[in-house]
Amino acid sequence: MAIKVIDEKCIGCSKCQKSCPFDAITIENKIAVIGDACTNCGTCIDVCPTDAILQEGTEKIIRDLSMYKGVWVFAEQREGKIMPVVFELLGEGKKLANEIGTELCAILCGSNVAGLTDELIAYGADKVYLADAPELEKYTTDGYSKVINEAIGVYKPEIVLYGATHIGRDLAPCLAVKVNTGLTADCTKLEIDPDDKKIRQTRPAFGGNLMATIVCPGSRPQMSTVRPGVMDKAVYDPTKKGEVIKLNAVFAEGDIRTKVLEIVKTTADIISISDADFIVAGGMGLGKPEGMELLQQLADKLGGTVAASRACVDAGWADHNIQVGQTGTTVKPQIYFACGISGAIQHIAGMQESDLIIAINKNENAPIFEVADYGIVGDLYKVIPAIIDELNK
Amino acid sequence: MRILVCAKQVPDTNEVKIDPKTGTMIREGVPSILNPDDANALEAALVIKDENPGTEVIVITMGPPQASEMLRECLAMGADEAYLLSDRAFGGADTWATSATLAAGIKNVKKIDLILAGRQAIDGDTAQVGSQIAQRLKMPVVTYVEDIKIEDKKAIVHRQMEDGYEVIEVQMPCLLTCVKELNEPRYMSIGGIMDAYEQTITTWNHEDIGLSPEACGLNASPTQVFRSFSPPAKGVGEMITGNTVNEIAGTLVSKLKEKHII
Repeated sequence: MAIKVIDEKCIGCSKCQKSCPFDAITIENKIAVIGDACTNCGTCIDVCPTDAILQEGTEKIIRDLSMYKGVWVFAEQREGKIMPVVFELLGEGKKLANEIGTELCAILCGSNVAGLTDELIAYGADKVYLADAPELEKYTTDGYSKVINEAIGVYKPEIVLYGATHIGRDLAPCLAVKVNTGLTADCTKLEIDPDDKKIRQTRPAFGGNLMATIVCPGSRPQMSTVRPGVMDKAVYDPTKKGEVIKLNAVFAEGDIRTKVLEIVKTTADIISISDADFIVAGGMGLGKPEGMELLQQLADKLGGTVAASRACVDAGWADHNIQVGQTGTTVKPQIYFACGISGAIQHIAGMQESDLIIAINKNENAPIFEVADYGIVGDLYKVIPAIIDELNK
Repeated sequence: MRILVCAKQVPDTNEVKIDPKTGTMIREGVPSILNPDDANALEAALVIKDENPGTEVIVITMGPPQASEMLRECLAMGADEAYLLSDRAFGGADTWATSATLAAGIKNVKKIDLILAGRQAIDGDTAQVGSQIAQRLKMPVVTYVEDIKIEDKKAIVHRQMEDGYEVIEVQMPCLLTCVKELNEPRYMSIGGIMDAYEQTITTWNHEDIGLSPEACGLNASPTQVFRSFSPPAKGVGEMITGNTVNEIAGTLVSKLKEKHII
């Protein structure tokens, strides 16, 4: 596939040049020229007023894809506990599997984790592939990618979903190279093409300024990492039956080249801002680290939790594990208070799905007001105590 | 020791604005910068060089010819050599093809003890290319690294997790992807800037690194962009005003109560 300009139709208006997210178009002698940076995204085709740009298809040799069947979910567990994102993946995976007309499977790695298979089945897995070995007790890139690569080779799934956690985002890229297939990172939407049953993966790019829908036409499995907190959790049904298939997890000396010496917890638990119903988030407008304490008071009042913008985390006022946004966590609480947050697009990308957004900012032109359901222009150090007082009444 | 740093020139996505009428990105005037996480990777390499005289720091990138500006910036910060992989055939590459091209380029650089890369680039945020280069070079990899100690032929690193960190030992040569908590990148020095303009940037095309045009760029990319679009804008909400903060707070809370949210 390639983007082509029909020189006779091009009027040199430069609309395509301005629209190009990749800066790939130049105007030479009043005609648009597509440069090296072109990714075939097609944005220019839509904006061209004279239909002078088109996408030329040269279909690649299609491999035999029909032998790949089933939707797999990587059932990430830590210390014998399944990560919450796995239940979201099972929920989404079930929808995809139903649309394709195939089965939903989970792949579970660890040591003495056979007891978790029932839970995965109750959350919708028809089959659980289980790799249980002492070497898999702690996550290692080499250990996990070896057994999952072997399982994909034998059982040939058509889709594999991973949570976009620090582990999922480490494991999936390695597997994409091992298995020789494509991988789409941090997806926020997955759909099945009703005609060819292939998956369409939508993800934010350019810090959330652009959404891109990605396909993986010629290789299998089609793989995605999915942001935690975006998909709906699967329904729990303890009566559901499923099958457990034990994988051969055998390691030779030198297979695992990293050694986990120690696991250090800096927070008592994984602070799950993605699960919170009420979030009070602070930004640079706090002006000082103590501002987080005021936000905490409001959060406590609501039974919620505090969060922060990237600027606030960079300033050292809040820990990175409560950062909301493109490079942090995606949240969709019932109420999101944005306090002293100007509303950079990267931040908005991580919270715009909240049911209700309340923005408090001194600057009436702050972009955050464009996504807020309720906006208050004012000093948060006055407004928040007043809200707390009002809630106490 | 020879340390190779993988870097990318990216548009400063913090500076990207949206045209309120068309809802599309305004790219004009958006500066190109050294990707922030890559600056942390380079800084980590330069710290090791400061502590271990004789260490060489090599920077490699894949990109259009203008990416050489970013490489000069890296040289001005203190890197010793710079390589630019640039070829029309590399265009439109996804992460799979990008990592294949970079891995081929790195093989050409030779004798590398340690590879440092940023965790992810701010234009794509995929965090895939570093890991994939390591797979192709058959090197062990640790991602999300926030602390590095080199001892003998091994690295002891802290890998950032959502709720803390892991201490990981890994034999070199290995690849580490770096996060911003690792360090504070230094500025270019005046002397460094002067010197950087006299240094050579080696440019390689697909033939130089031994790849056929079918093995790189869009041709070798398993994923393709089906379509791209601007995220739908949310409607503007209601501004709550009043004569006093208490009045404003009262209005807000009663609205929330009306909706039975609290």
